[in-house]
Amino acid sequence: MKQETAKTLRAFAIELGIYAVLVTGYFFLVLHLLGGWLYGLEVHHRYTYAGVAILLIIGQAVVLESVTTFLLRLIGGRSE
Amino acid sequence: MFFPISGAHISPIYLVIVGFLVGILGGFFGVGGSFIAGPALRLVGLDWNFAVGTDLAHIVGKSVVAAKRHRALGNVDLRLGLIMAIGTIAGAEAGAQLIQMLKRAGNVNLIVSIVAIVVYLSISAFMLWESQKTLRSQKRRSSKEKVKGPIAKRDRSAFGPTTRTIQRLKIWPMIALPTSGVKAISLWMILLVAFVGGVFGGFLGGGAGYIRMPSMVYVLGIPTHLAVGTDLFEIIISASYGTFTHAIKGNVDILIALVMHTGAAIGAQIGAISTQYFAGPKIRLAFVPLPLIGAVIVIYTLFTGHKL
Repeated sequence: MKQETAKTLRAFAIELGIYAVLVTGYFFLVLHLLGGWLYGLEVHHRYTYAGVAILLIIGQAVVLESVTTFLLRLIGGRSE
Repeated sequence: MFFPISGAHISPIYLVIVGFLVGILGGFFGVGGSFIAGPALRLVGLDWNFAVGTDLAHIVGKSVVAAKRHRALGNVDLRLGLIMAIGTIAGAEAGAQLIQMLKRAGNVNLIVSIVAIVVYLSISAFMLWESQKTLRSQKRRSSKEKVKGPIAKRDRSAFGPTTRTIQRLKIWPMIALPTSGVKAISLWMILLVAFVGGVFGGFLGGGAGYIRMPSMVYVLGIPTHLAVGTDLFEIIISASYGTFTHAIKGNVDILIALVMHTGAAIGAQIGAISTQYFAGPKIRLAFVPLPLIGAVIVIYTLFTGHKL
């Protein structure tokens, strides 16, 4: 039981590490580039901004969910 | 990090940690977690209107992740979620109108605060009583007979007889919810539960999952795991609507929401997976402190005059 918990925790720590690297890259590349464009949209085209905001958050959710599921499966597969 | 839309300087690490914590709560309890995320955003100097709107946008993303995970675990009743979304949106609009009426009358803060405190304390007290009673009766039963099946699928409630009486009310049209194991229930009952949740959401702010999730269990008789998953699915629709209306009023900084959500995505997965290791009454018992935190925040606001 203890061994299983240790294995799960190790897998989780690895996943967090990989995830942190991906997210840091995401901050600097995507958000930095999107910032100016979204700001312009928010000031001049509110309705478009509202639609884009929802699409962005849902899109990010779907992508991140797939990434974390893939990482969990990958790490889980290796540790078995 | 500078966020040009709201003009705020906030550490992205802080946002990721807040998102992560709220994500765990959301995935486990099926709540939006606005009673934590809102004050956490206010704490770093974000204006109240941006805190509310941005939090809603982040809730959409977090709920997508958690609901997807719950769906994979078989914890989402799509039919129930879609019906509830209609009632919630209508209720949220009614709640917002109620706030406008009270604003015109000039005593909005006092009334909203008192209602919130009474509601939060009642939910906590009731869930504490019910979950403990159920756990005690389960302990007695399990000492007499060995219960078969995985922990997660065993869900009983001390409020069961009242729930069955509500389900027996024959108000046309009656619908079946096979995924939730409900043979027949009035459509109006589902809409009423969602509407009341929506009114509280519009009235008190946030998604009001702390009212809707218990109502789904006790009034509609939905198993706790399904109530959590379905509530999250329903929140995607109602929070998207809320995000849109707030965004056109200039209350959403989507960049902050996107950063927060990177933490929430992983937290929501952990929360959702964790539900599989707890029986329904234990999840309900663990839920008890959440409305209490909400009550403490409102009491603080009432006495100090500062909105957290």
